[in-house]
Amino acid sequence: MTKLIIPLLALVALAFAPNFVSAYGLGLLIGAATYVTLASAWALFSGHTHYVSLATVAFYGTGAYCMAVLNEALPYWAVLLCAGGIGATMAALVGLSTLRLQGVYFVIFSFGLAELVRQLITWYEVNVTGTLGRYIFLDISARDIYWQMLALGAATIALTAWIHRSRLGMALRVIGDDEAVAAHSGINLARVKLIAFVLSAVILTLAGAITSPRYVYVEPAIVFNPTVSFLTVIMALLGGANRLWGPALGAVPLFLVFEWLSTNFPDSYPIFMGLLFIGVVFLLPDGILAGIEKLRARRKVQS
Amino acid sequence: MKRFTRRTSICALSFTVASAITLPAVPAVAQDDTISIGYAVARTGPNATGAGITTIPNYELWVDTVNKSGGLTMPDGSRRMIEVVEYDNRSSNEDLVRTIERLASQDEVDLILPPWGTGANLAIAPLMARFGYPQLAVTAVTDKAPEFAARWDRSFWMLGGGHDYAAGLVDVLSTARDAGTINDKVAVVSVADGFGIDLISGARPAFEEAGFELVYDESYPLGTSDFAAIMSEAQGSGADSFVAFSYPPGSFGMTKTAQSMGYNPKAFYISVGGAFPIYPGIADGKAEGVMAIGGVNADSPAIQEYFARHTEFVGNPPDSWASAITYASLEMLAQAIERVGLDHEALATEISTGTFDTVIGEVKLEDNQLRDLWWVGQWQGGAFRAINPADAEGASTPIIPKPEW
Repeated sequence: MTKLIIPLLALVALAFAPNFVSAYGLGLLIGAATYVTLASAWALFSGHTHYVSLATVAFYGTGAYCMAVLNEALPYWAVLLCAGGIGATMAALVGLSTLRLQGVYFVIFSFGLAELVRQLITWYEVNVTGTLGRYIFLDISARDIYWQMLALGAATIALTAWIHRSRLGMALRVIGDDEAVAAHSGINLARVKLIAFVLSAVILTLAGAITSPRYVYVEPAIVFNPTVSFLTVIMALLGGANRLWGPALGAVPLFLVFEWLSTNFPDSYPIFMGLLFIGVVFLLPDGILAGIEKLRARRKVQS
Repeated sequence: MKRFTRRTSICALSFTVASAITLPAVPAVAQDDTISIGYAVARTGPNATGAGITTIPNYELWVDTVNKSGGLTMPDGSRRMIEVVEYDNRSSNEDLVRTIERLASQDEVDLILPPWGTGANLAIAPLMARFGYPQLAVTAVTDKAPEFAARWDRSFWMLGGGHDYAAGLVDVLSTARDAGTINDKVAVVSVADGFGIDLISGARPAFEEAGFELVYDESYPLGTSDFAAIMSEAQGSGADSFVAFSYPPGSFGMTKTAQSMGYNPKAFYISVGGAFPIYPGIADGKAEGVMAIGGVNADSPAIQEYFARHTEFVGNPPDSWASAITYASLEMLAQAIERVGLDHEALATEISTGTFDTVIGEVKLEDNQLRDLWWVGQWQGGAFRAINPADAEGASTPIIPKPEW
């Protein structure tokens, strides 16, 4: 029972946090909540299957674009619904055609997907609408954005917890270990992978839609920023992509470290970031949580 | 074991969040005897080039000039030194928005200077309005400036819109055509990005209305590096005028391609980058007659003095488009502070209604916008001189046809 109570208490505390912080503190909370959501949603599909996806920003940016295109035509909740629907459709189409790819081929494809979506939108805007750059004038406060993102993040972690316990989670784990074995034991590979991919994509798209009113102006070059994809992967890997709390544990400290570095070392920040990436991959390939467990196991053996 | 790990991680997580919010990261910089001015500019990422050429050098030059002269003058005649709080916005609007919140609510700076770029200025506009800071949006080219000025009444838009620049160019070419110097055919290429689209959508109707025929009209993706095909099609189109609504890499690439293939249109126009001090070097010393966006009154002593100071302080001359306007916006700010002090509301009113003496001459805003701008410039005798609006004081006479490369 305590397993449930502590996260719930933390959630309630976080929901009241905006009352005690400055506008900048709230900005930090939004940023942290966003990356926790992105990393957790990424891990929902990639954590167990080991399909390293760099398509995060393809969905995240699509969400922002949905908000930009539809915010004047539809009520806010309807835009969110549409964004989720578009994210799901896109993920289903892409997933059906590409989830056969494995290893590095999938990584490259997913990276290209973000660029593909960006170029498609650019082409459409240039040749059809004749304007590039759209505006989001919505009366949504930073607090509203924070609460929505917090809810989405909590929902993502709850969903992940449920999947871990379900047959779907079991199937995903088997696929991650060995696809051939998974196929022989009667798992419908295509269906299982597709379900997880679509769920993850819907959350990523919603996250993009929710944060976009914060920056008013939307342009393909701005919303399809590949750094978001890289950060998400490295955050999830740092914490441990196949643990329930791993992505969150990686996202929060890394987000704060990046913020601190960029405010204190604006000129040399990218160097620190690169070193940190290398450090994570070499020293903690399975994430902090696995690293701690390994350390404990070693101690036990020694004693 | 597993349960323990999970519990630890939740604990750790909540601790990290809590400590991040409650720990004050930087002691407040605002003191009574200094004026703190904050800005979040792109030191890294795709916007770093533009910010590094137009925005950051001018901010640094201005702060240095003011502080060496004893500080900003307050209405009571006292002087206060400027203290700068600078952050990198990493060319990301999410980071930029958070940094503005930091400057306003944590560092509590007296004034905030804007970042480089149209998107970045729009991203911070609602926040600046909420915190009440005046926003001198210089490096934002947008046709919607009147709308934005009305929406955020403390925002000032100082670089015009795409339609203005397109109309200025059409005006230059019409005059040349009416004089019989060039034919009525034009070849146009545009970069498929916000800026290029704005300009081409303003230029198409303007060219048509002036009786020009767009015999070649193509857009190219941002990041294109090979312009041979575009240029040879433009060359074969029979147009006397070549027009490119381009960003620096494209402007430079097309110049080099035109030179290497011996393409000599009578009018050669490129956009961003053409007014950069490095352009004559890129054009292999043959920039004479090349037209581009922007321009300065090269004969004005104030501009010459500004160019000399900039060259001495930064190491290279400023660009001849937005640099001087950026610097002028800071001079306006200083003069407004001298008249009304640091109160944001009074300051915004003064900037909106006052008249200021700056490096680009006497400035008075119209509906929070600077409209007294140069739309087209041309390289003449080693300087990038403004040629349009032709009837404005200080305009040079265009050289058309352009001398061969």
